[in-house]
Amino acid sequence: MSTPDVVSHDKKDKWLYSDIVKDHFFNPRNFMVDDDGYKADGMGMVGSPACGDMMTVWIKVDPATERVVDMRWRTFGCGSAIASTSMHSVMVVEDGGRTIDEALAIRPQHIMERLGGLPNRKIHCSVLSDKALRSAVNDYFRKTEQISRITTEGVRVIDKVLKITDHDIEEAVLEGADSLEKVQARTKVGTGDPSCLPEVEQLIRFYKEKYFG
Amino acid sequence: MPESPEIYLDHAATAPLDPRVKAAMLPYLEGDFGNPSSLHITGRRAKQALDDARDDIAKILHCRASELIFTSGGTEADNLAILGIYRAYKEKGNRIVTTTIEHHAVLNPVEHLVKKEGAEALFVKVDRDGLVDPANIIAALTDKTLLVSVMYANNEIGTIEPIAAIGQAIAAWKKANNRKPSEAPYFHTDACQAAGALSLDVNELGCDLLTLNGSKIYGPKGVGVLYVRTGLRPEPLIYGGGQEWGLRSGTENIAAIVGLAKALALSQAERETENARLVALRDKLIAGLLQIPKTRLNGHPTKRLPNNANVSIMDIEGEAMLLYLDEAGFRASTGSACTSASLDPSHVIAAIGLPYEAAHGSMRFTLGHATTEADVEKLLKTLPPIVEKLRQLSPVRLNMKHYA
Repeated sequence: MSTPDVVSHDKKDKWLYSDIVKDHFFNPRNFMVDDDGYKADGMGMVGSPACGDMMTVWIKVDPATERVVDMRWRTFGCGSAIASTSMHSVMVVEDGGRTIDEALAIRPQHIMERLGGLPNRKIHCSVLSDKALRSAVNDYFRKTEQISRITTEGVRVIDKVLKITDHDIEEAVLEGADSLEKVQARTKVGTGDPSCLPEVEQLIRFYKEKYFG
Repeated sequence: MPESPEIYLDHAATAPLDPRVKAAMLPYLEGDFGNPSSLHITGRRAKQALDDARDDIAKILHCRASELIFTSGGTEADNLAILGIYRAYKEKGNRIVTTTIEHHAVLNPVEHLVKKEGAEALFVKVDRDGLVDPANIIAALTDKTLLVSVMYANNEIGTIEPIAAIGQAIAAWKKANNRKPSEAPYFHTDACQAAGALSLDVNELGCDLLTLNGSKIYGPKGVGVLYVRTGLRPEPLIYGGGQEWGLRSGTENIAAIVGLAKALALSQAERETENARLVALRDKLIAGLLQIPKTRLNGHPTKRLPNNANVSIMDIEGEAMLLYLDEAGFRASTGSACTSASLDPSHVIAAIGLPYEAAHGSMRFTLGHATTEADVEKLLKTLPPIVEKLRQLSPVRLNMKHYA
C-alpha cells in the first residue's frame, strides 16, 4: 500500500491518499441517490458548507435486532471526507449490519485504519461522519420514543455547528494537539461557531494540565 | 487506472521553463561558472552576464540598471520592499496602505511590522470584481503614510488593478500636500502575475518599487528582482559580501538572473500576440464553465489577466473537484480550505464579498503557451460530468441569489 501522507518529488503524480481512499473517493459506496423514495428510520446532519464540510446520514434500523441494516449518506467535502464517509457506511452495514451500539463504537481512528490512513491534516473530515451517524441514531431514538437513550453521557457539545464535544477536544489533546491551532487542524472546532473558542481554549489548558502536568 | 495525458492549467502557480530561456542559461550552468565579484577573466565574464541581464531588464522597465536588485524570488523582493522600506524610513511615518487581496508575500510582512515593529496598516477593500478604487487608496492616505502596496494583477482571480491611475493619484496627493515627488508615501506594486502580459514601464505606472520574478514567465524559479527608484534605499534583509549595492548580499545566481532577463524579454516581446490568443481561449473557457448550472465568475470579466479563468461551482468542494480533474489529466487549483495549509479558504474570494461556500467551490484554471483550443474543449467536456457526480454526492443545495 502507498504511504498516504507523502507526495514524493521524484514521482510527481503520486497520489496524496492511499489506494483505498482513492477507491472510495472515485467509487463511493452507499451514497444517497434519491432521498424522496427512501424511508429512513433516522436522519442526521453535521457541519455546514461554510465550514468546508457537511454531511447528511440516513439509516434504516431493524427494530428486532437493533441492527443498522442500511446507511446512506451525502457529503460536501474534500476527497478524504467523501472516502471516509463511504468507508464508514461500509463498516456500519457489513455482515448484516452492526447493532446500534456497535455502530456508535466505530471511532474515527477505526475508519482511518480501514482506509489505510489519512493525511494528518485531513483527520477532521472523518471525525464528522461518526457525528452524523450519532445524530441519525439520536433521530431514530426520538422517533421510536427511546428518549432516555438520546443523550450521550458525560459528553457536552462545545461547537454547536460542527457538533464537537469536550470529548473530541480531550482526544485531540491526548493525540498531541497542544494549541488552539493544532486542535483546530484536527477538529475544525470554531470555524462554524467562533463563539465557542474561549471555552475551547480553556478546555485545551485543562486537558493539557490533566494529562501532561 | 491508465494515466491520462497531462494538460497543465496552473500557470499562475508556476510555468515551465521556456527552452529558449534554458538555452540562454546553460552556459552559466556549465563552463561560465564564475563569481562576478572575482577580478579575473572567469569572474569578469560572469560580471558581464550580470550587467547585460540587468541592462536588458532596465530597458523593459524604463529604469536605470542601478535601480534593480536581484533576489531569490518574488517573495524576497516583496519582503525587501515592505520590510526594507519600513525599517529604513519609519521615522517619516509608520502607516502602510495595502489591499485585502494582496499575496501573502506582501500581507505577512505587513502583519509582522504591525505586530512587532510598530507599524499601522490599512487594508483597502476591493469591489465585487476584485478592483481597487484609486479614490479609496487616496482616502486612506495620511501624513503618516510611508508606503502603499497594491498588486498589479491578482494571482487567484486575475483582476488587473489600475496601477497607473493609483500612481497618478498618489503623485497628485503629494502635490496637493506640498510634498516632493521623491517623498513618502512610496508606491510598491507586485507585478509577478502581470509580468508576462502587461506593460512594465515604471514611469507609466508611477511606482517607486516593483516586484518581478522568473517562475511565472517561463523563466527559472528561485530568482526575482526588485525595482527601487533612485534615492530610496531599503534596509537590507540579508547581510554579507555587499553585492547588489549592499542591499542584497550573496553571490549572484548568474544562470537564474540571465534566465530571468531572457524570459522577461521574450514574454514582453511576444505579449501582444500571445495575449490575443489567450484572451480568445480564456473567454471560450469562461463561457463554457458558466454553462454549468450554479456557477459564477470570480474576478473582473474584462480587466483580467489573459490566461485566468476562476469560477465558483456551488454545492461542491474544490479539492474533490481538483482530484477528479487531476485523475483526468487536468492540473488546476482551488481556493478551498482543504488544500491550504491553514485550513482557511481563499482570502481573495472572501475579500470580493463572497461567503466561504463560494471559496470552497472555487476553481482556477490558468492557461499558458502550450494550451490549445482542443485542451479547452476537452476540459469543457470533462468537467460537467464531474460536477454532476459530486453534486449527486453532496447534501448542499445553495440558493444562487446569495452569490450573484
